[in-house]
Amino acid sequence: MNFEAIKSIYTFEMARMQRTLLQSVISPVITTSLYFIVFGTAIGSRIQTIEGVSYGSFITPGLIMLTLLTQCIGNGSIGIYFPKFTGTIYEILSAPVAMTEILVGYVGAAATKGLIIGLIILATASFFVEISIAHPVMMVVFLVLTAVTFSLFGFIIGIWAKNFEQLNIVPMLVVPPLTFLGGSFYSIDMLPPFWQAVSHFNPVLYLVSGFRWSFYEIADVNPLISLGMIGLFLAICLSVLGWIFKTGYRLRS
Amino acid sequence: MAPIVSIDRLTKTYGNGFEALKGIDLDIEEGEILALLGPNGAGKTTLISIICGLVNPGSGKVMVAGHDVVKDFRATRALIGLVPQELTTDMFETVWNTVSFSRGVHGKKPDPALIESILKDLSLWEKKDNTLRELSGGMKRRVLIAKALAHEPKILFLDEPTAGVDVNLRREMWQVVERLRENGVTIILTTHYIEEAEEIADRVGVINGGRLLLVEEKRALMQKLGRKQLRLELSEPLTALPDSLALYNLTLADDGTALVHEYQGEEGQGSIASLLATLAAEDIHFRDLSTRQSSLEDIFVALVGEKA
Repeated sequence: MNFEAIKSIYTFEMARMQRTLLQSVISPVITTSLYFIVFGTAIGSRIQTIEGVSYGSFITPGLIMLTLLTQCIGNGSIGIYFPKFTGTIYEILSAPVAMTEILVGYVGAAATKGLIIGLIILATASFFVEISIAHPVMMVVFLVLTAVTFSLFGFIIGIWAKNFEQLNIVPMLVVPPLTFLGGSFYSIDMLPPFWQAVSHFNPVLYLVSGFRWSFYEIADVNPLISLGMIGLFLAICLSVLGWIFKTGYRLRS
Repeated sequence: MAPIVSIDRLTKTYGNGFEALKGIDLDIEEGEILALLGPNGAGKTTLISIICGLVNPGSGKVMVAGHDVVKDFRATRALIGLVPQELTTDMFETVWNTVSFSRGVHGKKPDPALIESILKDLSLWEKKDNTLRELSGGMKRRVLIAKALAHEPKILFLDEPTAGVDVNLRREMWQVVERLRENGVTIILTTHYIEEAEEIADRVGVINGGRLLLVEEKRALMQKLGRKQLRLELSEPLTALPDSLALYNLTLADDGTALVHEYQGEEGQGSIASLLATLAAEDIHFRDLSTRQSSLEDIFVALVGEKA
């Protein structure tokens, strides 16, 4: 293992985050605060409680997931796309580093950033609503697994993307609908049966549901199934990356 | 001594069907400076990219210091430094950080003293805290060289190192190359500036259309292929060549005021003396004499033109 290389890539990526502190940290915090004001306060005042939890508290796990997904996909993809775009990737490809080490460096940094922002949002939320965490260990497990999985997913997008438009298409176009329709702002029990069935095809439902369970012990699906689905998605990302590294797809072709 | 880089029947066809390399065989000796000459699109960069690990090889084999570049990439890439053709830099990084990153990513422990000496050698020390976007093109080129040297490579690839570089930097760069060579570093450079190869290389390889047309000691190449020309400025113009001079490869130039004798490197050596003796016997006098050897450029143009 080339630990020096992993460390170099990781610190390099984290340094990039420090330089872009404003957009990396402040903007998700502002966005989330807006959600709390609009959904939690304005709309939430007309919704009493969902399964015994106040609406503002109910949406907090979903909001954290929304930001975590967007951030991890964004950071994971730009981390590898940017050197590809500027050409500086030549250095990493010509260094004595295995692709798995490159992956650990980039994805580790992207997941760390996502986690930091997720925790900041959790802290922000606690200013607006009452938060209780029933299963802290499971909460961390869900948080870390989701961060790693979606940073890997972002990394795949970063390798696949040929331009900035393609780079943005997944985080902009795919993630928000999935999150909004994945039960971030409501319990899927509130949906008609047809849409309930459709929702079970949405991977984000399992993330939000499991994560919310670790807070309030209420869930749309069994938390173990949630965990299993994250595991499945992680396995899919890893096998796609395995194929990419084996063939050198869009990197060494 | 075994060659430090050994390339065996290497081919590469890109996804779009472009055949960049059509079977290259080449051995590079430790400590030499090899210049690879060739027009744009000849396959120079592809060849380098495969040795350095940027591009997967098609078929064939590349060994560096006895290790396969694909299977044993850790061993081979640790020995190699690469200065790419394009000025690719992380615009927002400082010089110091980007050069230190290069060392780290090659798996070497930080060594601030070494980085300092590299930056000083390349006149970058004053700029160490500047971000790369603040630097001029020439300065960026220096940074790329510093990055390539940060992990103390044994083999250095310079891909078109002097494209867009001014005379001063060029001279400094050759000084650095000279110092590296004294320390036993093997240097491979690609260029289409022939003077460059002529100036510093020990051996010259010519690539065109994905094939290596030849590899020779630079001097041997110049001698073997170099055409020579002897030009005699005559005191009195001639209207026609006397029969006794028909043996020599002679032409009358400039309305008969000059005689031009063309010969190949070594074969012509004996003939000049007898030519001059014949001229004296014919009572043809000349007031001036000059010889000219064709440059690597002439050789190159002839070679590439002929096989293209």
